[in-house]
Parts: sequence; structure tokens; C-alpha cells
Amino acid sequence: MGTGKTLTLAIMDAPYESAASTTALRLVDAALRAGHHVSVFAYEGAVALTMRGQKPHANPVKGTSLEDEHHPTTKDWVSALFGLAGERGVKLDWVNCGLCVDERGAGEWVDGPRRGGPKDFFEMAERSTATFVIPTR
Amino acid sequence: MTHFVFVESRDPHESTDCQTLQELATGLAGRGHHVTLFLVQNAVLPARAGSRFSGQLTGLASRGVRVVADAFALRERAVAECARGVSAANIDELLRLIMEPDTRALWH
Repeated sequence: MGTGKTLTLAIMDAPYESAASTTALRLVDAALRAGHHVSVFAYEGAVALTMRGQKPHANPVKGTSLEDEHHPTTKDWVSALFGLAGERGVKLDWVNCGLCVDERGAGEWVDGPRRGGPKDFFEMAERSTATFVIPTR
Repeated sequence: MTHFVFVESRDPHESTDCQTLQELATGLAGRGHHVTLFLVQNAVLPARAGSRFSGQLTGLASRGVRVVADAFALRERAVAECARGVSAANIDELLRLIMEPDTRALWH
């Protein structure tokens, strides 16, 4: 049963660069599990979090295999969050900034996110119980 | 009174801005606001009992600032014992604080 409350989160860090990406996704996970709707506005490098083409890899320097590395990808994490939202009967609205996507050629996403812009972030914040921004340094 | 939640992600060994944020937290607490400093990522390193900066966090707590360290970040960094005045909590607690009415949450 959902709470009817909505958390809006704005994120900016590109994947695999900052621990902030993990913290942000943990916060989304916690909010969905608590029964809240979640809106995410991915800006700048964060639009790459959902790129479909991400692949785990082996590490030839260490001589480890794909299985040894068990490399997580942010696109799989985001897909899992959409799955969790469905299981919990709450909504995850993930907007990738369109201009940021175009600049980076980062348009091939996993299922779930939609294209938008800063106006969407404003509207998300207007509708939300709380808004939290995790900027880049 | 407003509840200010400062989410600190930086280690004071790498950023002197941490000191500025702590001064802001202390000032707001001194004016009667509820203030929480929630440490995440490398910001939990000074929460280790005996670390060089742990005294600052203990001092903040003594001046009315609630200091909380992300339990996940503590485990990642093998911090088993927190300094006096610092408690450990899960990310659910941060979520609860952010979703409370009359709360201003700021990431640093």
C-alpha cells in the first residue's frame, strides 16, 4: 500500500565516477520500499546511468573473468528499481534531460525513463512531498 | 522551527568546506533549529572513534546537532566503532528525515 507521498530527486553525476550515484540509487530504493512514489530528474552526466549499451567486463590486468568481476551496471540497477516500483504498486518517473542526452549521444536507454527538461524537474518538485538535489562537486 | 538536514559526503581530510558546513550547522542549532548532520560516503571516515576529526563531530553533538553516520558507508570502510555523539543509521532514516514536513535537506 503506497503512502501517496512523492520524493523528487535530482542527480547529476555520471556513472562509475562518484559514490553519489550509488547513494542516490539507494535513496530511490528506500523510498520505493517505503511505498513512496519517486521522481528522478537526471541532468548532465547522470543521463548516462540508464544507457542500454553498458556492459560488465572482465579485468585482463588482474586476470579475472567476467564472472569473477561480477561487475554491476547502473542500467541494471535502474531497471531493477522500475521492477521494484511495479511490485510495490508505486510510480517511478525517471526523466533524462534531453539536451544532456543529445550532447552525449546517450539516447539508447533501458525501458522506463522518458525524455524531458528542467521544466519537468520544476513540475516534479511542485507535486512532491520533498525534493532533494545531489549536485556534482 | 525548521529542521535542517545536512548530508555531508566529503571527508574533512580532502575538503576544508566540511568545517564551514559544521559552523553553519552549529549556528542554526544555536538559533533553536533542529539540525541533523547525516554523514555518507567518505564523510563517515572522521566518525571513527579516535580519528583526528572525530572530536569535531563529538563537539557538534554537544552543541545540539544530531550527528548520524550511514551504516552502509561505515561497513564499507570497516569503521566498527563511532566517536562519542555519533550514531549509525540506515539510509531509511535519511529518507524519513527528508520526507518530514518543514525540513530543508541540503547535500554537500
